[in-house]
Amino acid sequence: MIVADRKNVREIRDSIKDHDRVLLVGCGTCVTVCLAGGEREINILGSALRMSLKLIGRGAVVVDECTIERQCENAFIDALAPHAAEYDAICSFGCGAGVQALAERFPTTPVYPGLNTQFIGILESQGVWTEKCAGCGNCRLGEFAGICPIARCAKRLFNGPCGGSREGKCEVRPELECGWQLIYDRAKSLGQLDRLLPIAAVHDWSTGLDGGPRKVVREDQRIEGR
Amino acid sequence: MVGLVSLDPPYKNLNTMNQNQQPLILAFCCHYCAYAAADLAGSMRLQYPGDVRVLRLPCTGKIEVNYILAAFERGVDGVIVAGCLEGGCHFLEGNLRARQRVERARQILAEIGLEPERLEMFNLSSAEGGRFAEIVTEMHQRLCRLGPSPLRPDPQRVEENVRELARQAEAALAGEAR
Repeated sequence: MIVADRKNVREIRDSIKDHDRVLLVGCGTCVTVCLAGGEREINILGSALRMSLKLIGRGAVVVDECTIERQCENAFIDALAPHAAEYDAICSFGCGAGVQALAERFPTTPVYPGLNTQFIGILESQGVWTEKCAGCGNCRLGEFAGICPIARCAKRLFNGPCGGSREGKCEVRPELECGWQLIYDRAKSLGQLDRLLPIAAVHDWSTGLDGGPRKVVREDQRIEGR
Repeated sequence: MVGLVSLDPPYKNLNTMNQNQQPLILAFCCHYCAYAAADLAGSMRLQYPGDVRVLRLPCTGKIEVNYILAAFERGVDGVIVAGCLEGGCHFLEGNLRARQRVERARQILAEIGLEPERLEMFNLSSAEGGRFAEIVTEMHQRLCRLGPSPLRPDPQRVEENVRELARQAEAALAGEAR
C-alpha cells in the first residue's frame, strides 16, 4: 500500500489560512490503514487546525471534515462533488494521487496536500511501515530471491553487496539492514545461491521515473469514447 | 452495568462558580481508579479546587487524541487523563496506550502553539482519594500560572461545551454498548 504521514499542523494552517471555508477530505483506503489520513486522523487534524487558526486570529475560517472511500478514483469523488461548491478550498488527506484527482475534478478550487506521501510499503509492526517497492516499472524480484535491491539496498546495487556491509547492517545507517545480506540469506535458504552467480543485466530505467507520467493501458478493458 | 460515561452530577450546576476566570479542567477518569478515588476524596471531605469536571470512562484506554483536542477546542484550560497504576489496568494495558495517546496529543498541542503542559496523564489507585485531590490542586496551580486558554470563550459557554462533549461521549459509548 501507499504509506504517508501528515504534514506539520502549521504548514497546513498556513496553506489554508487565507480562505474562508475549507473542506478537509480524508481517504478511506491506504492512508487510513497507515493512520495518516483516515476518518479519525481527519477529526484530529480538523480540531488542531481550527484551534491553530483561532490562535493566529483566523478563527472565522470554517474548517469542515469528510472522508470518502477512495480519493484516487473519480467515481468515489461523486459523493463529495455536490458539497465541494460550498467551500473555497480543499485540503486533501489522500496520497499525491488523491490530491491530484481532487484537483482535476474541481478545476476552480485550490487543493492543498495535508500529507507527505512516502513510499509503497508494508506494515512492519504496529505503528511502523517500511518501504518495499520503488515502483520502477520493471520488476526483477525473481532474480533476487524476492528482495528488491532497488528499494532495499541503500546504493541500489545489482551485483552483490558493497564493502560497507558489516554483520548484516548497512554503512549508510547503522540500524539499516543490508539488502544484499537479506538477498544472500534468503537465496541460501531457498537453495538458489547459484541464481546469484551470473552478472545481473543492466537495469532498464526507462520504465522508471522519467519521460513524464507513465500509463498502463488495457485495450480489452477500454470503452469506446471514454 | 455501571454508566459508561457520566458528567459527575454534583458538578452539573456550577455555571456560577466559574465566572471569576478560574481555570476549567476536564478530567477523563477511569471508572476503576480515578473516578473511585474522586469519590473517596469526597467521602474523606478533602478540599481541592472546584474547577474540575469529571468525565468517566470505562478505562483510559478508551481515550482518543480527538477527545482531548475536542475538549481544548471547546475552550477548557486544562485536561487531566487519570488512569490506573501501571500494571494495574483492568484491561491490562489500556492505561499504557492512553499514555502514548496523551503524548501524541501533547505534540499536536505544541505544534498549534498551545502549551503541552495543559495536558497531563496521572496514574493512581481507587484507594488514593488524597492523591486525586493533589492532582487536581497541582493542575489548578499550573493552569493559574499559565493563564486562561487563548481558545476560551466566556466561562458559561465553556461549561455548556463541556456538558455537550460529555453528552456526545455518552451517546457514542451507549451506541457501542448495543
